[in-house]
Amino acid sequence: MKLELLINQKIYALDVAPDEMLADTLRSKGFLSIRKGCDTSCCGLCTVWIDGKPVLSCTMLSFRVAGKAITTIEGIQPEAEKFARILAAEGSEQCGFCSPGFIMTVIAMKNELKNPTEQDIQHYLAGNLCRCTGYMGQMRAIKTYLRGEVQ
Amino acid sequence: MKWVGRSVSKIDGVAIATGKPLYTEDLTVPGTLVVKLLRSPHAFARIKSIDVAAAKQMVGVECVLTHQDVPQVRFTKAGQSFPEPSPYDRLILDPIVRYVGDEVAIVAAVDEKTALAALDLIKVEYEVFEPVLDLSSAIDHPSVVHPETDLHCNFPIGLEQQRNIASSHTVEVGDLAAELALCDVVVEETYKTQAQAQAMMETFRSFTYLDQAGRLVVISSTQIPFHVRRQLARALQIPATRIRVIKPRIGGGFGAKQTGVCEVYPAIVTLKTGKPAKVVYERKETFIASNSRHATEFKVRMGASHDGIIRAIEIVGLSDTGAYGEHAPTVFAVIGDKTMPLYNKTKAIRYQGHAVYTNKLPGGALRGYGATQGTFVQESTVNKLAAELGIDPTEIRLKNLIRETETSLYYKGKKLGSSSLHRCIETGKSMIGWDAKFPRIEQGSKVRGVGMAVTMQGSGIANIDTASAEIRLNDDGFYTVLVGSTDMGTGSDTILLQMAADVLNADMDQFIINAADTDVSPFDPGSYASSTTYVTGMAVKKAAEELRCKILEQAAKVLQAPADQLELSGEQCVDPASGKTVSVASIAAAAVVGPDHRQLSAYATFGSPVSPPPFVAGFAEVEVDKETGKVTLLDFVAVVDCGTVINPALARVQTEGGIVQGIGMALFEDVQYDKKGNLQSNSFMTYKIPGRSDVGIVRVAFEESYEPTGPFGAKSVGEVVINTPAPAIVAAIYNAVGVQISELPVTPEKVFKGMQQKS
Amino acid sequence: MFTIESLHQPQTLSEVKQLVEKYPDITVLGGCGFLKLSSRKIPVALDLSRCELEKIHETEQHIEIGAMVTLRDIEKNPALNQWFDGALPKAVSHILGVQFRSCATIGASVYAKYGFSDILPALLALDTQVELLRGGRMPLVDFLSKPITRDVLTRIVITKDKRRVSYQNLRNAGADFPLLNAAVSKHDAEWKIIVGARPARAEIAVQASKLLTSSAYGTVDSGTVAMAASMELAFGSNNKASAEYRQAMCQVLVKRAIEEVLA
Ligand SMILES: Cc1cc2nc3c(=O)[nH]c(=O)nc-3n(C[C@H](O)[C@H](O)[C@H](O)COP(=O)(O)OP(=O)(O)OC[C@H]3O[C@@H](n4cnc5c(N)ncnc54)[C@H](O)[C@@H]3O)c2cc1C
Ligand code: FES
Ligand code: FES
Repeated sequence: MKLELLINQKIYALDVAPDEMLADTLRSKGFLSIRKGCDTSCCGLCTVWIDGKPVLSCTMLSFRVAGKAITTIEGIQPEAEKFARILAAEGSEQCGFCSPGFIMTVIAMKNELKNPTEQDIQHYLAGNLCRCTGYMGQMRAIKTYLRGEVQ
Repeated sequence: MKWVGRSVSKIDGVAIATGKPLYTEDLTVPGTLVVKLLRSPHAFARIKSIDVAAAKQMVGVECVLTHQDVPQVRFTKAGQSFPEPSPYDRLILDPIVRYVGDEVAIVAAVDEKTALAALDLIKVEYEVFEPVLDLSSAIDHPSVVHPETDLHCNFPIGLEQQRNIASSHTVEVGDLAAELALCDVVVEETYKTQAQAQAMMETFRSFTYLDQAGRLVVISSTQIPFHVRRQLARALQIPATRIRVIKPRIGGGFGAKQTGVCEVYPAIVTLKTGKPAKVVYERKETFIASNSRHATEFKVRMGASHDGIIRAIEIVGLSDTGAYGEHAPTVFAVIGDKTMPLYNKTKAIRYQGHAVYTNKLPGGALRGYGATQGTFVQESTVNKLAAELGIDPTEIRLKNLIRETETSLYYKGKKLGSSSLHRCIETGKSMIGWDAKFPRIEQGSKVRGVGMAVTMQGSGIANIDTASAEIRLNDDGFYTVLVGSTDMGTGSDTILLQMAADVLNADMDQFIINAADTDVSPFDPGSYASSTTYVTGMAVKKAAEELRCKILEQAAKVLQAPADQLELSGEQCVDPASGKTVSVASIAAAAVVGPDHRQLSAYATFGSPVSPPPFVAGFAEVEVDKETGKVTLLDFVAVVDCGTVINPALARVQTEGGIVQGIGMALFEDVQYDKKGNLQSNSFMTYKIPGRSDVGIVRVAFEESYEPTGPFGAKSVGEVVINTPAPAIVAAIYNAVGVQISELPVTPEKVFKGMQQKS
Repeated sequence: MFTIESLHQPQTLSEVKQLVEKYPDITVLGGCGFLKLSSRKIPVALDLSRCELEKIHETEQHIEIGAMVTLRDIEKNPALNQWFDGALPKAVSHILGVQFRSCATIGASVYAKYGFSDILPALLALDTQVELLRGGRMPLVDFLSKPITRDVLTRIVITKDKRRVSYQNLRNAGADFPLLNAAVSKHDAEWKIIVGARPARAEIAVQASKLLTSSAYGTVDSGTVAMAASMELAFGSNNKASAEYRQAMCQVLVKRAIEEVLA
């Protein structure tokens, strides 16, 4: 199917199969930050934003997001780097494979929730698995990042 | 010392975290063939016929291979130094399939859809055999998992093919029966541990192509580039000179990628077609058709005098190596090697048993490599003994554990170089609030309990692991470090640079590191067995020291002062006596211009006759819902002795991550097969690794010791951290509600049933 | 992963109706969370995302939820949080993470009648009707007791009443499927007890509900009622738990739910 996708504020004219998932479309267009960690919608590695909200690109049919704003981490590099530096200071981007999806969710959370508690943060990020870090350092980094925002 | 001991951020951290294309799949090129594998639906069968005609005819399919098309030379996928202890019991494709998921055919096509459609067109007729699915009845089962006549062992490992025994192992010191008879108390328990999945987030994947010289280049998410090169040479029957293995960034390994799981498939496709090829395992394939922790069943007997001195330990049992013997003998050995030396007041010990073949997913390496299973069974028994004797679990350990400079029956006279384990226990006790909380605090329908365990591991494999490092001073005055170790997110590249920068007294940004590329890197077995900081680290340190001498020798000529009087201070060589300086940059520049010069570089190799153990004391506080049996982990405290902490932030996250994997093994990661041998826990939907709300709080502290044989006094931290959660959590549950769980994982139902049986 | 041969994207429900009549084997695409788990070959797929079914409408008497409303929308919807002690948002909040809930749809979640569903017990505890393209409007209980026929669920309609509701669940791990769940509601004097993931589909414990309704206010022994519920319903075993354990846990969850409603 021919359609136009708005990815990171640029319009892409594409030909996608009706059963093509957004994750595959994005990777094929060179957005290689999109990673897949599962086949069952469980890991959150593939998180992108659709109209600013975090969504699993592995479970979202590409044709459905025509006309919506798609954002990958490539599209928000300055903010992503800002948080990534805090994450790296904690060593909590261990293998880094889960990090782009995790960072997309963290920044979406920051945009969506005001002064989240630790429990709110855990709940918001429940869909982001990480096998390396044990999550504690990620939480420390998030708190530092959010504190920076309050200041 | 400017760098060692500092929480330096990883040099690749921001790049990998922000999604830069640095992993295997990101490096593929347009036109790369997609490789898919047809897998056996049967646990044990012989391929009677296989018809690939229709698949071959499909437009877009470039290559279809069956067992008739591949070299019939057995090899092992285990990543171990040659001669590998693991049996050569594999073929690339075998007419016999030994577990559900075993490879039957290789298909390569222009895209994934075509490759998958082609798989559907392959018709296979199987002669199905009765599979061996139960560990305890595998030995002497009527079905023989490996009936082939060309199975090969590099040296005796106690393999008895006809009996389904992959390896046998016995360590016996002292007269066990006599010592047990002398003990005031003897406790006994039988345990089962499950085949935990490594579940790294990046599944197995490799990308292969032919270079300008027609050589096979393998870009792979692997922990073991040099071993993969050797394996491929044997499996594909081509000289190793024709193979180059490159490791890019890796999305985790945890031991899974210490086995050459997937490289051979795209490699053979590239050799047959001349085209680039890639294989990217689905998550399901990663669960059902790679490797996992060896499941075990052990019986432990432990005897002590009434004052709590442990005099005799016996651990006897089996490990399940599944369909292939990868890591079978070594994991089995480590179960005893890395647990029994802890209690060195013993007069007699016995560790005995077999790794057995079954028709299940092969065993392999997983962080802890047997020590995890050993720790669970031994520490659970120590906890049981403490309860039986009415001695505080921390006290019984302080009384019995090996101390620095002591030896143990297992050590055959060798002495322990460093340990702060006793201090770890004291620190952990106060962090968790042991004295106020042990054994339990009732809170209405809930009850809280604390429990603890200790563990040890190794640092590299004694007398086997040998790593080399080269450091060059480049023409512009900066340094290149060349190593073959494989940073898989651990930050080892960064840590090795911290060490080099310290010796050369330079800024970290004066260094680049290259790892790992078998065409370029010096030999390194790879990153496993907690070896990189200790073994490769020492090689880097030695190379840096040698280079330092060479630089100062050159400076001595310029400054006309004796070299041993000079100091290397960042970018300058200084003669403190005269105050004169010469820059490293000018020495570097001079070294590469004109005749009679030589670029300065240093090369060092290190292997150790010992494998110094790091230690952890782990403490768990749980809350048990008495009505449901649901266990909530509230707090886990891990106090770690890894020698000198080279990078506290990275060591801490290593520890937290390992603890959480251990928590997963304790509470959530349930491995389930159906009656036909299908692994049912084959996705993150059915196999639950801990999520962030499952793990409570994990707190980490370090009690440094100084390991005399290690770089800057360092040992290791990668594996040891996974071992204590299971026994500590199980003990905390026992202390809370009196239920002893001896089969992992703990589920609410097991706890509930235990409580019911008691009341 | 499923494959799709042809896709239809109708704009109105009458177009949908025509398509359904034309292609008896048509497959509705919800959020694809569950579809994605199969490798089905779908000859004709129907996308409802242009049919104005992705909104929640609050009217005087009802809350109407379009089939394409995502679980995340439900979780965040002010009306659903305000009414019924927020039981529905609470029930969906356990399902994986926000990103998944932004994909999965309520229509699929109800239509597919999953045994493990967190949503069905909560909806059964309310006065819920489902609207089917062909079958028309009917109470959710009736829909659940019917065999699955090919139809399209278009809307879920919940009557706004001042009932108290409690939702309880038990899971081995956080983002796991429930091994048992329960919902209890009290509307005026009428109680409803529902137990799901037994592992069979959520069902109303009719006798236990009656028992509780008929007992005078204040004299309710929640334990006895919970026991009655556990006796009346059937429980099975699967990978997550055995039938015996589920039956025992039914007593615990129902008791807790009743007590929460009374609190
Ligand atoms: C990993 C995982 C974990 C989950 N855990 C839980 C859990 O713990 N608790 C829980 O309650 N749920 C859970 N779910 C289920 C989830 O909440 C959804 O119910 C499920 O994904 C279906 O929603 P969907 O929109 O993704 O449907 P789809 O996958 O798109 O569709 C599912 C089925 O419904 C049909 N369908 C879709 N829409 C309609 C319609 N309007 N009319 C008629 N038929 C339709 C489809 O044709 C298909 O057959 C889980 C799902 C997954 C994948
Ligand atoms: S890839 Fe795992 S949720 Fe999308
Ligand atoms: S950092 Fe490796 S999975 Fe999260």
